[in-house]
Amino acid sequence: MPESLTAIVDALPYLLGGSLVTISVVAAAMGLGFVVGLPLAVGQVYGGVVVRAIVTVYVWFFRGIPLLVFLFLFYFGFCTTLEIDVSPYVVAVVVLGLISSAYQSQIFRGAILSLPEGQLKAARAIGMSDFQAIGSIVVPQALRLAIPGWSNEYSILLKDSAVTYALGVAEIMARAHFVATRTYQHFPLYLSAGAIFLVLTWLGTKALRLLEDRVRIPGYSPHLS
Amino acid sequence: MTAPILQIKDITKSYGKKEVLKGVSLDVNRGDLKILIGPSGAGKSTFLQCINFLVRPDKGQIWLNGKEVRCEHRRNLYAYRQKIGMIFQDFNLFDHLTALENVRIGMVKVKGIPKEEAGQRAELELERVGLKDHMHKYPAQLSGGQKQRVSIARALAMDPEVMLLDEPTSALDPELIGEVHAVIRDLGSNGMTMIMATHQIAFASLLASEIVFMEDGKIVETGTPDKIFNDAEHSRTREFCSKITDLYGER
Repeated sequence: MPESLTAIVDALPYLLGGSLVTISVVAAAMGLGFVVGLPLAVGQVYGGVVVRAIVTVYVWFFRGIPLLVFLFLFYFGFCTTLEIDVSPYVVAVVVLGLISSAYQSQIFRGAILSLPEGQLKAARAIGMSDFQAIGSIVVPQALRLAIPGWSNEYSILLKDSAVTYALGVAEIMARAHFVATRTYQHFPLYLSAGAIFLVLTWLGTKALRLLEDRVRIPGYSPHLS
Repeated sequence: MTAPILQIKDITKSYGKKEVLKGVSLDVNRGDLKILIGPSGAGKSTFLQCINFLVRPDKGQIWLNGKEVRCEHRRNLYAYRQKIGMIFQDFNLFDHLTALENVRIGMVKVKGIPKEEAGQRAELELERVGLKDHMHKYPAQLSGGQKQRVSIARALAMDPEVMLLDEPTSALDPELIGEVHAVIRDLGSNGMTMIMATHQIAFASLLASEIVFMEDGKIVETGTPDKIFNDAEHSRTREFCSKITDLYGER
C-alpha cells in the first residue's frame, strides 16, 4: 500500500471523530441561529420603528465582521478580559450561531414577505391577535418556504466551522492539520478532510430536501403548476 | 322599530393625499342584506374592511348592538372581529391547513374551545356548505367555489352576528358562482345580517333588502333594488346600472 494511502487509513478514525465534533458544532449553531433569527425576522417585518432599527443594526453587525475576527474577539478579547472561563467549543457555537442568526433572519424575512398578505388579514378577521396570527398562520408557512434557503445556510455554516480550528476546536480541519504536520502527509490528509466536508454537505442538503418534501402542503406548488 | 344591529357613521379614510372614503354612513338592521354596488375604486372594499378595522378608518364611529366599538383596546377589537365575519374576494384560506383545520383553528385559538369539540362543530359547518366529503383536503386541492364555501364555513364557525362579503364571486369561474350564491341565499333565509359588495346584479336584485350605490368614496344613493335599478334618482346611478346590466346580463 502506498504511503499516502496508509496515512489516510490510519488517520481516518481520528478524522471521522472530528466530523462528529463538526456536526455537533454546526447543529448547535444552526439551532441557536434559528432560535434567535426567527424572532429577529418577525420583528423586522412586523415590529415598530425601534425594533426594526435594532434588528437592522444587529444584522449589519454580525454580517459585517469576518468570522475569524469574531472568534478571536470573543475568545481572546471578550472572555479573557472579563475572565470568563469558557471552552473554545462553546465560543465556536455561540459565534457561529449569532452570525448565522443574522443570515437566517434574512432567510425567514424573505419567506414571510413572500406570503400573500391575505393570510394575515384572514387571521385577523376571525379575531386572532397579531401574536396568534403570526404564530399559527404566518410562521408555519414561512418555515416551509425557508427550507431551500436554510439548506444554503447549512452548507455555508458547515464550511465556516472549519475556521474554528484556529481556536483549537478539535473538528475535522484541526485534526487533519494536527496529523499532517506530524506525518508530513499534507496532500492525502487535506484531501480526506475535503472529502469528508463534501460528504457532510451532501448528507445535510439531502436531509433538508427530504424534509422539504415531507412538509410540503398537498397541491400547493405555485411554481410547478 | 328596533335599533339597528350595526351603525356606521361618517367613516373617512385617506391613503396619503388620496381620499378613499369621504364620510360613509350606513345603518344595518338585523336580517338585512345590504348590497354595495359601484365602479372599481369607489371605496367598497375599503369601506367593508373599515367595518372590521382591517383597515383603520381615519375618522368615524361604529356601534354594534348600540354599543360603540372601541378598537383602540385590543381585546375589544378581537372580540368585535369575532362577531363580524369576513369573506374575501380571493378566499384567503390558510394554505397550510386542511378545510377542516381552516374552520377549526379560530374556535381553538381564539375562543379556546377544545380541539375535539371544535372539530365536530367544524364538520357541521362544512356539512352546511356541502363540503363534508372534502374536509380533509387542502385549499390547493379545492376548486374556487369550494374554497369560498370553506371560507364561509370558517366565518360561520365563529358565530358572527354580521357578515361582510367583499365580492365573494368575482374571482370565480362563471359556472362556480351559483354554488356560492346558494350558500349566501341560505344564510340570508336563516336571518343572517350581511353587507355584500358585488357586481352580480341579478343576485342583488333578487335578494337585497337595500342596494347601496357608492362612487368616489361616497354613498350616492340607496334604495330598494326595484328603485335603484328601474327608477334611480341620480343620473350616475342610472348610468352605472345600465352598464352593469349590459355586462352581467338581464336581471
